[in-house]
Amino acid sequence: MNNVCNQTCTGCGKEFSKGLWRQNPIFVQVLGMCPTLAVTTKALFGFSMGMATAFVLICSSLAVSVIRKLVPQQVRIATFTVIIATFVTCADYFLQANFYTISKELGPYVPLIVVNCIILGRQEAFASKNGVFRSLLDAIGMSVGFTAVLILLGSIRELLGFGTIFNFKILGAGFEHWVIMALPAGAFITLGFLIGLFNWMNKKSKSN
Amino acid sequence: MIINLVLIFIAAAITQNFVLTYFLGICPFIGVSRKLDQAIGMGVATTFVMTLAACVTWLIYHFILVRFGLPFLQYASFIIVIASLVQVVEMFIRKTSPALYRALGIYLPLITTNCAILGLTLFMVLKEYTFLEGIIFGLGAGCGFTLALLIMAGIREELECCDIPKPLQGAGITLIIAGLLALSFMGFGGLIGK
Repeated sequence: MNNVCNQTCTGCGKEFSKGLWRQNPIFVQVLGMCPTLAVTTKALFGFSMGMATAFVLICSSLAVSVIRKLVPQQVRIATFTVIIATFVTCADYFLQANFYTISKELGPYVPLIVVNCIILGRQEAFASKNGVFRSLLDAIGMSVGFTAVLILLGSIRELLGFGTIFNFKILGAGFEHWVIMALPAGAFITLGFLIGLFNWMNKKSKSN
Repeated sequence: MIINLVLIFIAAAITQNFVLTYFLGICPFIGVSRKLDQAIGMGVATTFVMTLAACVTWLIYHFILVRFGLPFLQYASFIIVIASLVQVVEMFIRKTSPALYRALGIYLPLITTNCAILGLTLFMVLKEYTFLEGIIFGLGAGCGFTLALLIMAGIREELECCDIPKPLQGAGITLIIAGLLALSFMGFGGLIGK
């Protein structure tokens, strides 16, 4: 009994932690690029987008895993999409009502969470095949992994582009702002090098 | 009127290229840009669906959602429209032109989750385009997407002979090149005023 319990618990821990590093949605699966690149001009926007995506991912994973046995195979993608779109609408209206400036800054990228492949991918690959608790852990792990990368990317771009992180001044007045970091080109290049760094660290830890 | 339409087309295709300034459609941009002929197939299929989607969602938004006061159904209804549109286009092409179906077939289902299509319809509503402007916007965005995809595929075919550091191979180098492309596309910025 104890053994079984232990086994399920370690399994659950894995469901959670795989999203952080081993199957990180951005670095490893290279999914959800559009919001990742678009909203990370500042760390705060990256954080808000991460939270909105986490809300949608967790809620839809719960809903999908609850109804997974009722949905016919042929219409499952359509069903998942409608579920996701419903939660995205909730998140969008919540942001508009409570955090108007952030919502304005994120613009159409909040509704675009509907087509974020991370979310549909998790429903298809995990939530539609696993129980509620495991799906919840999986969704939380993926969300944390996703948000962490968004904050990291946002912090780098904000630090170099504006000299601040989360609007706190880090680099003094003598620092010449790198305008490119606030532009689309900066997003592509920074993420490209981050993915390279991630692969390099992975390789190094493997060879050790 | 015509000048306005031309400006919308150029803006959507070049100065505000969907891939390189709005980051829409990055997944196929990275995934299907390895070979030039694949890129052409994907680009044509996407342009086709984009133009159709702009047309249909404009009608639905203005004649159903606005009239009956249901704009909160916008996201759900748009994504369903796009998904069914892709399905209909797929069936239509399979019946009428098997050769075209073989060329585009595998790319069509991928288009449903291409954020460029949903992004296009959302931007169209946000910018309050008329029906004709919406169609031109869709066509221009599709052409811009195809253009970016073709350039990228051309570069990546050359890259196969290059000695790229191992960690950067694949997504890493593609993103860095995309960044350089975005920089060069900024050069078109002065082409039309904002």
